[in-house]
Amino acid sequence: MNNNKVELDQQLSETVGKPLINGTPKITCRDVNVFYNQDSQAIFDVNVDLAKNQILAMIGPSGCGKSTLLRCLNRMNDTIDGCSITGKISLDGEDIYSNDIDPVLLRAKVGMVFQKPNPFPKSIYDNVAYGPRLHGIATNNSELDDVVEESLIKAGLWKETKDRLNKPGTGLSGGQQQRLCIARTIAVRPDVILMDEPTSALDPIATATIEELMHELKSSYTIAVVTHSMQQAARISDRCSYFHLGRLVEVNDTNIVFTNPEHELTENYITGRFG
Amino acid sequence: MNNIEIVQKGLKKRYAKERRFKAYGVFSIIISLSFLAFLLFDIALKAAPAFTQTYIKLDIDFSHKVLRINEKSSYTKDELFELPYHKLPSKSLYQLFPGIENRKQKKALRKLVSSGVRYNLRNMVIKNSKLIGTSKSIWVLADDDIDSLVKGLIDRNIPEADRRVKDFQIAWIDKLQLENRVESRFNINFFTSGDSREPEQAGILGALKGSLYTMLITLLLSFPIGVAAAVYLEEFAHKNNWLVDMIEVNINNLAAVPSIVFGILGLAVYINLFGVPRSAPLAGGLVLGLMTLPIIIITTRAAIKSVPPSIREAALGLGASKMQVIIHHVLPLSMPGILTGSIIGMAQALGETAPLLMIGMVAFVADIPQGFFDPSTVLPVQIYIWSDSPERSFIALTSAAIIMLLVFLFLMNLLAIILRKKFETRW
Repeated sequence: MNNNKVELDQQLSETVGKPLINGTPKITCRDVNVFYNQDSQAIFDVNVDLAKNQILAMIGPSGCGKSTLLRCLNRMNDTIDGCSITGKISLDGEDIYSNDIDPVLLRAKVGMVFQKPNPFPKSIYDNVAYGPRLHGIATNNSELDDVVEESLIKAGLWKETKDRLNKPGTGLSGGQQQRLCIARTIAVRPDVILMDEPTSALDPIATATIEELMHELKSSYTIAVVTHSMQQAARISDRCSYFHLGRLVEVNDTNIVFTNPEHELTENYITGRFG
Repeated sequence: MNNIEIVQKGLKKRYAKERRFKAYGVFSIIISLSFLAFLLFDIALKAAPAFTQTYIKLDIDFSHKVLRINEKSSYTKDELFELPYHKLPSKSLYQLFPGIENRKQKKALRKLVSSGVRYNLRNMVIKNSKLIGTSKSIWVLADDDIDSLVKGLIDRNIPEADRRVKDFQIAWIDKLQLENRVESRFNINFFTSGDSREPEQAGILGALKGSLYTMLITLLLSFPIGVAAAVYLEEFAHKNNWLVDMIEVNINNLAAVPSIVFGILGLAVYINLFGVPRSAPLAGGLVLGLMTLPIIIITTRAAIKSVPPSIREAALGLGASKMQVIIHHVLPLSMPGILTGSIIGMAQALGETAPLLMIGMVAFVADIPQGFFDPSTVLPVQIYIWSDSPERSFIALTSAAIIMLLVFLFLMNLLAIILRKKFETRW
């Protein structure tokens, strides 16, 4: 058992593939360690870059730390008692954990879409308008109307909802709700969108719609997506990262990861022998 | 026997069990509903006589001679205040039944009308001094025993010695009834007066206002503090902190502390230390507010806890600050629960007498309180005082006061339901 662990540690000590990119990355993670309550470490020495206008997929078995890392990128982990982080995460070269950075401001730049669609129990309009109102992005009602329309169009929800903007957002179908959540995130005009298993609660048709949407959004946003579906990762991402027991095992262009993985663990996972 | 047969054999028994289980539930509901119905019916039946009152028509002679006042163009209020008004109804009655010389019978005759009539007449004269020197037919309040007789609550067949109304009094009343001088009217007095030792003069308004003022203080103290404390404990305080844990345990304990202990605390702190006026709604409200506080904190925390974390995350993810998350989402979503808990706490406070014992609110207060600092009593205390009074008419008044308490409670609940509905449909 002990031997196995040592072997695993050796196996996992270094991230293989191409974790860092040439050119200017949007987000960089350097030696990131995340702890819950000091004694349990969730993430070990992660180094990875997110390129602008690309989708980075994060895959791996349950509990491997991919969601934890994702939630570090907009400091959502701040809200968890006892969660601490070391190392450096930068957005456009600026350390997001430095004291000058306000998490509220950061979250306006780095939006998030969650696993379960979570619209507010308000009207569709108010759901989308919530962020702009909060940050004072739209100064008057007609501007707000424009922002809401633009966001719903980008999220591919405008046609279905333009006649029922005052109906509750919770009355939409699951897929529509998730697109509403994406519209709500877009309305704040972030640079980066983090998606935590955005389609795991949806049926295949709704999933396909969301995946298409992600493709379109890529041109204006940098996207990081955690997914349990390898097919989804293969379909939508530009680069793909594989996590195992809190370590980042392999990062590379998606086609390389799926056709020619360097690491044995990655290969086992994507071929279905493990996971 | 194969599997299916075994299952089939047991099925009948299982269904029978299920039917029995349902029957228990239906039975329990019927039992509790019938208890409730019986209780309400009984109270309503007992209270019914309290809502009407007997009046007697007397020809009152307001002449200067009877009132012993000289003829003048105008009178000061003080002059009018001191006149011998008690003679007015007596004189009128002597005229109606001439020839009674027996002192005892004369007294019984005077006692046909309420002893409070003189004050009513005094108020009439002060309001309109032109009455002096005239004569007028006026409906005056009958004494409570006469009232009971007219309502048929006194059995004429029991021996005279065991009866509060004597035979000659019955004869007088019968005569008055034949002359159409006796009338039953709606008891407006009950809703417009304070407490009195005379049942026919006693009203609920003093207690009602006392309860209202007390509840306002209770609400103002316990609701904001309770909600704020709950929000802090639930949203801001660090979990696994020994201080927070201790506060939590103590709040839970406080909710179970017997209410009279809060009364002692109120006496020691509010009245003795801070000098809050004794018997005032302010003191009562503060004590009851203290008692309600832990209930509101506990229910508010439960309500806040039931707000799904996904809503908080969604708002946080959009860049809402913690306070915005609470104000925009957590509080509106938990408001129905908070209101329910607050109303339960307030309802408990409304029915509480024990803590008020200590701060002097369990007392005979005849004046209607005009503010938070006047001596007053509250509805449950009024019920207690009346139920303890010997006069027969107080039985009906007690039940009527219970009805008023229930109505008060019902209105409070109604308000909570309306507010809850408003928050629930706020999309």
